[in-house]
Amino acid sequence: VKKIMIIGATSAIVQAVTRLFATEGHSLFLVARNKDKLQAIATDLRLRGAGYVEACVMDVLEYNRHASVIMTAEEKMGGLDLAVVAHGTLPDQQACERSFDLTRQELEINCLSTISFLTHIANFFETKKNGTIAVISSVAGERGRQSNYVYGTAKGAVSIFLQGLRNRLQKCGVKVLTIKPGLVDTPMTSAFPKGMLWATPDKVARDIHHAIQFSKDITYSPFFWRIVMLIIRLIPERLFKNLRL
Amino acid sequence: MGNAKYQSWGRYPKCHQQVVKMLWRHEPLPQEGYEGKTFLPFGNGRSYGDVCLNDGGVLIDTRSLNRFIHFDSREGILRCEAGILLSEILGLIVPQGWFLPVTPGTQFVTIGGAIANDVHGKNHHQVGTFGCHVLSFELLRSDGNRRMCSPHNNSAWYHATIGGLGLTGVITWAEFQLKKIKNPCIIQESIQYPNLKTFFELSEESSQEFEYTVAWVDCLAKGNQIGKGIFIRGNHDESTLQKSCRLASRMFTVPLDPPFSLINRWSLAMFNKCYYHQHRPRHQYSIKHYVPFFYPLDTIQQWNRIYGPAGFLQYQCLIPPGPGRDGIREILARIGAEGVGSFLAVLKIFGDKRSPGLLSFPKPGVTLALDFPNHGRKTFKLLDTLDEVVRAAGGSVYPAKDARMHSKYFQQYFPEWKRLIPFIDEKFSSSFWRRVNGEYP
Repeated sequence: VKKIMIIGATSAIVQAVTRLFATEGHSLFLVARNKDKLQAIATDLRLRGAGYVEACVMDVLEYNRHASVIMTAEEKMGGLDLAVVAHGTLPDQQACERSFDLTRQELEINCLSTISFLTHIANFFETKKNGTIAVISSVAGERGRQSNYVYGTAKGAVSIFLQGLRNRLQKCGVKVLTIKPGLVDTPMTSAFPKGMLWATPDKVARDIHHAIQFSKDITYSPFFWRIVMLIIRLIPERLFKNLRL
Repeated sequence: MGNAKYQSWGRYPKCHQQVVKMLWRHEPLPQEGYEGKTFLPFGNGRSYGDVCLNDGGVLIDTRSLNRFIHFDSREGILRCEAGILLSEILGLIVPQGWFLPVTPGTQFVTIGGAIANDVHGKNHHQVGTFGCHVLSFELLRSDGNRRMCSPHNNSAWYHATIGGLGLTGVITWAEFQLKKIKNPCIIQESIQYPNLKTFFELSEESSQEFEYTVAWVDCLAKGNQIGKGIFIRGNHDESTLQKSCRLASRMFTVPLDPPFSLINRWSLAMFNKCYYHQHRPRHQYSIKHYVPFFYPLDTIQQWNRIYGPAGFLQYQCLIPPGPGRDGIREILARIGAEGVGSFLAVLKIFGDKRSPGLLSFPKPGVTLALDFPNHGRKTFKLLDTLDEVVRAAGGSVYPAKDARMHSKYFQQYFPEWKRLIPFIDEKFSSSFWRRVNGEYP
């Protein structure tokens, strides 16, 4: 039985992941902003078979709580094996173009808060010489595009931070997993028309579960995004700057 | 906008509607951006006709409300959010020795849909409808009001919402009584029988001893063979020994939309002949897992595609006992004469346990359910003539399966229909309701 801490437990993708964990009987420490939502999820996961469920209300922007919440999770579950970092928002790109304040706020939520938490959890696992960190980044972080580059900046920074972390923690046996979902039909993307390329949260959840089980460094979900993003990365900038992406 | 998903199981009628997802049971219904439009809760789209559709309006997709809230595994009382599927519930309760009190022929319906349509199953003759086992639920109205409804609390709302076709508000969660079982197996008997008379005799003889009874009928049979078929009866296995009843885990999917209906007069005649005559010996005993017993069609995903792009119409009527009983013979005769119908035509006797629902369909009598490929006017004309027979016999037609009945028939089948009106949310409506309450001629 694994002891798992989850940041951003009310996200649609993570709800699906935690159900998979619950049916396997793992212990769960759930962190999210909204108390009512957290409680609804916690009760459900207990009934679905989770060994132990604790809900903790926290805003990821409360940086000074990041270290202590890790201690609390370890204490409550009697250990900590896996941290899943999954909180985030989808910025309104055009609004961000008009307002640096908004851009900064989005970078705080989608990048800096993640990096803050990762700093603490990495040190925690490093001293224990054991543990897994799985972080939901995004294919949007692979290349800057006019439609979505604030979000892309945040996720790109997170992906690179994770690469470095993985490199650093490799020698002490701590696994760092980068998950890069493509288009997923969740509340975060409710404003978009959906087509063939869109995946369900359940599909992405199974991929994440698989990535954790087999300690995959980088996972694209669904898998075809690996090829799509390879092509997108290969387009010369001279051409790319003319595209409407 | 991703609307192809939001159709009913019969894939007729085709509707255009906006969709908004309800994600949390604590949150209010959407308020802004839908001025002048009506709402309708949508579960998993397994009702056949247009009770789950709202052409030109907004559907509230409730599938994300799929969390368990409380399970008393000693008393067998489950409370869960209304968008959860029966299949998910069975996954939780069966290993702990409990079963659904009533289940329809598919496990892919939501609890909210089961209540709103007050569904029934093979055990109606003993235990009534699903609504009979609902202890309480919360009803959320468009004005933000939340009512906790039970037989003793807001009881008028309780009665209106059970079988209320989603018009009285959104059911956010429900609590209901489960049934104790020893293991997941069903002991089944199936008996080939020659005509309608023996169907009634078998039903009579089985009603006490067997919790589950239903008959497959050959809808093409004529003359004195009318109503012939295979009678299926069963009980939960009462032994505590671990029985080896196998769950066939294989799932099939109808992979594409055939350009026309695969069900036609010839394929149907061939299937029915084979199915009836291959049943040897005439009286068979078997032990079955509950999934193939209750949900034989669930193993073929998207089976509704076999009827082609025009979709199909399901017709389920009820003929009360007494002098009207011959109505069922006449209906079967008319269907047989037309040579249309479906592989799966089902006859079942309803018992006299009253449903709490104001507009619930099941009442004492015999019910017949079958599908018709949608051949346009020809099919509609046949169903209209069936409606006339049902009306003359004092029966009714099941709204959850209907896509075409005329308002004049609906209002005669359900003389209490006007009593529902004061309970309908002022911002709620459905394609079905507009059709049958006469707003659309």
